[in-house]
Amino acid sequence: MYKDKKDLISIKDLSRGDIEEIFTTSRAFKEVIARSNKKVPALRGRTVINLFYEPSTRTKSSFEIAGKRLSADVINFSASTSALKKGESLLDTARNLEAMMPDILVVRHAHSGAVRYLADRLASSVLNAGDGQNEHPTQALLDAFTLHERGFDFTGKHFAIVGDIVHSRVAKSNIFCLRALGARVTVVAPPTLMPPFVQELPAASRYDLDPLLPEVDVIMMLRVQFERHQGKRFPTIREYASLYGLNRARARKLPDHAVIMHPGPINRGIELDPEVADGPRSVILDQVTHGVALRMALLYLFAGHKAKSAASREEN
Amino acid sequence: MTFTKECTVLNQDMVSRAIHKLVHLIKRNCRLTDTILVGIKTGGVHIAERIRAILAEQEGIHLPGGSLDITLYRDDLSRIDYYPSVGPSSLPNVTDKIVVLIDDVLFTGRTVRAALTEILDIGRPQRIYLAILVDRGHRELPICPDFTGATLTTEREENVQVYLKEFDAGNQDRVTLQSP
Amino acid sequence: MNHATFLLRNGHLISREQEGTCDILVRNGIISDIGQNLACPEGVPSHDVSGLIVLPGLVDMHVHLREPGREDKETIQTGARGAVKGGITHVACMPNTQPVNDNASVTRYILDKAKNALCYVHPIGAITKNQAGESLAEMVDMFRAGAVAFSDDGYSVLDSQILRQAMEYNRITGTLLISHCEDPALSEGGLMHEGRVSLATGLKGIPPAAEDVIIQRDIQLAEYLDVPLHIAHLSTRTGLEIVARAKERGAKISAEVTPHHLALTEDELYSYNTNAKINPPLRTAEDTAALKQGVKNGTIDAIASDHAPHTRAEKEINLCADVPSGTIGLETLFPVAVTECFQSGLLDMRGLLDRLCYRPARLLNISAPALKPGEEANLFACDPDKEQLITEDFFVSKSRNSVFLGKRLKGWVKLTVAKGRLCYLDGRIIE
Repeated sequence: MYKDKKDLISIKDLSRGDIEEIFTTSRAFKEVIARSNKKVPALRGRTVINLFYEPSTRTKSSFEIAGKRLSADVINFSASTSALKKGESLLDTARNLEAMMPDILVVRHAHSGAVRYLADRLASSVLNAGDGQNEHPTQALLDAFTLHERGFDFTGKHFAIVGDIVHSRVAKSNIFCLRALGARVTVVAPPTLMPPFVQELPAASRYDLDPLLPEVDVIMMLRVQFERHQGKRFPTIREYASLYGLNRARARKLPDHAVIMHPGPINRGIELDPEVADGPRSVILDQVTHGVALRMALLYLFAGHKAKSAASREEN
Repeated sequence: MTFTKECTVLNQDMVSRAIHKLVHLIKRNCRLTDTILVGIKTGGVHIAERIRAILAEQEGIHLPGGSLDITLYRDDLSRIDYYPSVGPSSLPNVTDKIVVLIDDVLFTGRTVRAALTEILDIGRPQRIYLAILVDRGHRELPICPDFTGATLTTEREENVQVYLKEFDAGNQDRVTLQSP
Repeated sequence: MNHATFLLRNGHLISREQEGTCDILVRNGIISDIGQNLACPEGVPSHDVSGLIVLPGLVDMHVHLREPGREDKETIQTGARGAVKGGITHVACMPNTQPVNDNASVTRYILDKAKNALCYVHPIGAITKNQAGESLAEMVDMFRAGAVAFSDDGYSVLDSQILRQAMEYNRITGTLLISHCEDPALSEGGLMHEGRVSLATGLKGIPPAAEDVIIQRDIQLAEYLDVPLHIAHLSTRTGLEIVARAKERGAKISAEVTPHHLALTEDELYSYNTNAKINPPLRTAEDTAALKQGVKNGTIDAIASDHAPHTRAEKEINLCADVPSGTIGLETLFPVAVTECFQSGLLDMRGLLDRLCYRPARLLNISAPALKPGEEANLFACDPDKEQLITEDFFVSKSRNSVFLGKRLKGWVKLTVAKGRLCYLDGRIIE
C-alpha cells in the first residue's frame, strides 16, 4: 500500500504531492542504479509477480529488473506461457497466483478495466502496467520524471502529444499526469485517430501539427500501429508521415529549448526521422533509464503494508 | 509518541567540547590522507560537516565527505505501516579508504548496522571507524563506537535531541532530553 | 482573330451582381465595362444579343469525362466542348476513370489536360483506393494537388466504418463528400425503376429503397459527425423526404438532381431505349413532381447533369445488363432545366441560376463566375423561349447517347464565353 492506496490503476489516483514524492523516491533509486552493486535489501523476502497478458519487452523487463534490484523475488507470467493460454479466466488465474501470497502484482492486459477488475478482488497490491486503451500510469510517470530530472518546471508549459491518441493509453495517462503537474496539453492527430468527444479530456485538440510547432515546449510522438490502421484510419504511411511525421523540417520549426520524447518502440522514418530521434533535443534513451528507477520507487512505495501488530516507532 | 518535557543536558560549551574530542580522536587514529568522513542522514551529516570544518581550520586539510541514507537497509521495513521516504546516498569511492562513519546519537545500534551493510554493498574500505557525538546506551546489537563525544544515561522511553546552531532556530548548540 | 476581346450588345443581364439590359465589353478576357450604349473600340467584334438573356457561366458539379482510360467515350477536351455549348464554364469531374483518380498523380494528370480545355475542370477525388470501398485514398494529397471534393460515384461505400473514417478524415481538407447512394444487393440486375412499367416490359426493376436505405445511412452518419454531405443524383421522392427532414434538423446535407430525373419517367422504357437505361433509373411522375418541388423550395441545391458518355457500340445493343448505364447531359443541362423549371413557372431565372451556378459553386468551394468589371468573363447568352429539336447533330461532345434524342427543348444557347474567351457561337465551337 502507498498511503491509503492499495493499488496504482490510474494516474488520477495520485495527487500532485504524491507524484512529487514518487519523483523524490525515484531519485534515490537513480543513485542506487549508478552503483556498481545495484542491489539493495529493501524488498528482501517480498514477492513480485509480473502478469503480462499482452506481449511486452520493455515494461516487463523494466519491472523485473526493478524488483530484482530491490532484492525481491520476481516471477514472470506472460501471454505465451501456457498457464495464461489455457483459457482459465482472469480471476481464477489471479486467485491461484494469490495463493502464493505475492506482495505486488504487476498486470498488463488487453482489455480496458481488466486491471481494476483484478485489483478490486485481490488482497495484493496491483500496479497497472497498461490496460487496453485505458491507462499506462507508470509510463506517464517515467516520462514526467525524465523531464523532472533535467530540471524541467512543468507549471504553464505546453506539451504536444502527436499520434494515435484514440488507441493510446500512454496519451491518456500523460494528459492526466501533466495536468496534475500544472502543464497544459494539446493532442494532435488526424480526425480518425482522435477519440470521439475528445473535448471531454482536459486537453486541447487539433488536426494540423505545423502551426503548433513554434509554441511547444515538449513534443511527445506516439507510436502508430501502421499495419493495423493503414487504409482504414488514414490512407497510406506516406500521407500520414507527410502530415504528422516529426521530420527534420518540422524539428527546425520547434523552439530551440523544445524537448522531443517517444515512449518507444519508434517507427523510424515515419513518426520520427532518425536524425531527430538521435538528435540533441531528444530524451528518448533517458526515458528508458529513468523507467527502472521509477519502477523501483513504485515497488518500494507500494510494498509497504499496514502492520498487523501495534505500530512501531522510529528506532535508532 | 509525544514528549511533554524537554531539558538541556549538554549546553553549547559541552557540545563544542564533545565535537573537538571527536576531532582529536580522528586525528590521532586516522591517516588523514586516506580518510573519508561519512555522515548518516540526517543528524550525522551535520556533525560530519562540523568536523570537516574544524579539521580544515586546524590542519588545512579538506577531507572528502559523503552521506548515507540508510532507509533501504533498515531491518524494520516490513514492520512499519508505510515505507518511509527515501533519498539518495552520496559516497565518493570508499574502496581501500579509511571511512569514519559519523552519527549524532547512538542508541540501539540498528542504524549503524544498516549503514555498515550499505557501505559494504557499495565498496570495500580498508577500515571503518564509528564516531558518535552522544552515546545514550540501550544497545540491542553488538555495536561499539570507536570515538565517543559524550555519554548520557537515559530511560528507554526518553528521546535525545541534538540541535546545531547552523540548522536550528535558537542559535545555540545543545543536546536535550525529551520525556513523555 | 482575338476571341478574348469583344462587345456584347443589348443583352438582358441577370446575375447576382445586377440585372438589366446593357452592353458588356470584354478586353483580353476581362470584363472591362458594363453599361448602356458602350462605344465599340476600333477592330473589336461586336455581337448583337438583343432579346437574349446573358447569364454567368454555369457550374455542372457532376460530370464523367472518361479521361484517363476511356478516351473512346470522351476526353477532357471533347467534354469541355459539350459543356460550353450548354453555357457551362465550370465542370467537376468524377474519379471513376481508368486508373481511378485516387491519388495525386492522376489528379495532376487531369488538371494538366484541363489546361487546354475550353472550360474549367475541377477534379473530384475518390474516397477509397480504386473505389473498392476497402481502404482510404490519399485525400489530403489529392486535395493539395487540386481535388475539390471526394466521391466514389458509381458505387456506395458499403462498409459503414470505412465511410465513417472517411468522413472524419476528410475534416482535414474541409471539402464536400459526395455520396452515390445505392445498395447493390437491392439493385442487382435491375435495368429500370421497379414499378408498373417494369412489370409491363418484363424488365427487372430497382426499388426506390435501394437508394433510400443508403441515403438514410449516409445522412445519419454525417449528421452524427456534423460533417457536410452531398447526395448525388437524387431520384426518389422518399429520398427527398429524408433530405428535407435532415435539413430541417440543421444537418449539413445538400442534394442534387439530374435534368432527366426532372423531365422524364419510367415510361421512356416502354420502347426499351438503351439511352434511358440510367442509374439511378427514371422513376414515376410522382417522383418527378416531388423532385421539381424540391428544386423549387431549395431542398435540392443543385441541378447537375451526371453526363455519362458511352460509345455507340456499347449502347447499340438490345437492352440488357451488358448495356452501360447513363445518358450524356452537358449540352442539354440548361435546355432541360429551362424547359422543366423556368417555362413551367417553377422558378424564375434567378432561382434557376442559383441551382445551376451559385449553389454548386459554393458547395465545391470554387468562385462562381461574377459579372462585373475587373472579373474574368465566364458567361453565356441564351433565348429561353426558342425551341429546338434534339438530334445527333445537336451535340459537339464525343458521344451521342442522349435520352433526349428526338425531343424538343426550349432554352437555346447562342454564345458562350469561358476562361475569358468566346468559345461557342451560333452552333460552332471556337477552339
